[in-house]
Amino acid sequence: MKSEFSDPFEEARKNSGIGHINDQEDPVAMILRHKDVRKTAHNWQTYQSGAVPGRIVVPSEVDIRDIRQIPFEVDPPLHKDFRNLLEGWFKRPNREEYQKILTDQIATLIDDVLSEDKIEVVHDFSLKLQSRALTILLNTSLVESDTFISWGTHVFRSEGDSLDASKANVLYDYLDEKINRARENLGEDLYSVLLQAEVNGKKLTHDEIKGIMILTFAGGRDTVINAVTNTISYFAEHPKSLLDIKENPDKINKAVEELIRYFSPLTHMGRVATENAQVCEHAVKNDTRVSLCWASANRDENVFENPNEVDFDRKINPHLAFGFSHHNCLGATHARQIMRTLLSLLSNKVSSIDIVDARENIEKWGEFNRKVGFHELTVKFNK
Amino acid sequence: MANITFLTSDNEKIVLEGNSGNVMQLAVNNGVKGIDGDCGGVCSCATCHVFVAKKDIEKVGKASSIEVDMLELADDANEFSRLCCQIEISDALDGVELTVAK
Repeated sequence: MKSEFSDPFEEARKNSGIGHINDQEDPVAMILRHKDVRKTAHNWQTYQSGAVPGRIVVPSEVDIRDIRQIPFEVDPPLHKDFRNLLEGWFKRPNREEYQKILTDQIATLIDDVLSEDKIEVVHDFSLKLQSRALTILLNTSLVESDTFISWGTHVFRSEGDSLDASKANVLYDYLDEKINRARENLGEDLYSVLLQAEVNGKKLTHDEIKGIMILTFAGGRDTVINAVTNTISYFAEHPKSLLDIKENPDKINKAVEELIRYFSPLTHMGRVATENAQVCEHAVKNDTRVSLCWASANRDENVFENPNEVDFDRKINPHLAFGFSHHNCLGATHARQIMRTLLSLLSNKVSSIDIVDARENIEKWGEFNRKVGFHELTVKFNK
Repeated sequence: MANITFLTSDNEKIVLEGNSGNVMQLAVNNGVKGIDGDCGGVCSCATCHVFVAKKDIEKVGKASSIEVDMLELADDANEFSRLCCQIEISDALDGVELTVAK
């Protein structure tokens, strides 16, 4: 099945609870069990995010950027001050007017693909959907999405999977221009809001604003693209589930949480130890890296019954797909609204989806090969 | 039918009438400040944390083990804490008072 995403971490999670990967001579101990991941995520004093910019990301981005992503690479208490500034803006997807624009965007896109013979979902559906929806989150013109689409599916990576600094510069140059332009002519977009904002009584610097914007662009890009693409593959192979949603729209919230748990679009995120510590009987040395493996935690058999099955009726679903504790995903409200809107519209407009061709995207993390999505997924949407 | 009282961090007192569903949904539908219910009620986000009044603890009941695990890592949780997405509305909840966590 194309929509099957197996769990490569099962054996290691059961046996040791830890996986090991080498990443550019800065090794990472992957924490695999649900409880350990949650406890480590919560313990920001010992496992910090505010290390050298790029170091908590796996693969490390230390060699390709100096700018700090905010609030992602900041620890409490300053982290909380930035979150307080941003929370309100990033909760806007709960508003009716936001949802109306999003619904119109996704409905138009689905109508377009229904008129095509076949389409490649990653580039011609998910990337467009993600890029257009981002303009609502930023409160900028829809036209901007043409630029975002032209960048391709990764902001930081080239078409191969190697890190690509030149590609990151395209985004940085774009953001410099947008911030400078907003400074001259303040509007109602996120750039202008940040230019007028203060944290602890001080205006934000250009680089702080840029750091927030980079996170907004990068954090929600391939994650949303994978979530949307994988969802299309799932409904292609499970037409009864699509019908189930159509007949029982009150299941949509639970279905979205379950799909996000199952797909876990972000495999893991790192932290740097600030002292010698221990996770799951594994010694963690000061100034070494661990990662919080959301994808493994979300298949933990001690927490989820039948963890490798997609069950829209799962009532309790304490998944960690949006991270956990202080640094939980700032864009989660936006991402959830995208997924809820997508499920609602797909179930009402599309009767079935046929997969024509698929090329899987397999990540390699040391001994683990994890399918995270697709490089290409060609389908036919049927009315 | 049950009348449920929410006390918010602004010291606002809101009394809502509920018939079915869970307490988080009732609060979100009526815009109770501090209850976001981001995950839609599957015990994943902990954005619906409330403190149950001491007098009402028995009426509301205890948290499941997964809910206890979620609350364990909330900084301000105590023995009166519940995630209100896991509290089903029934007549038995009538008169319950819940203080919304900050």
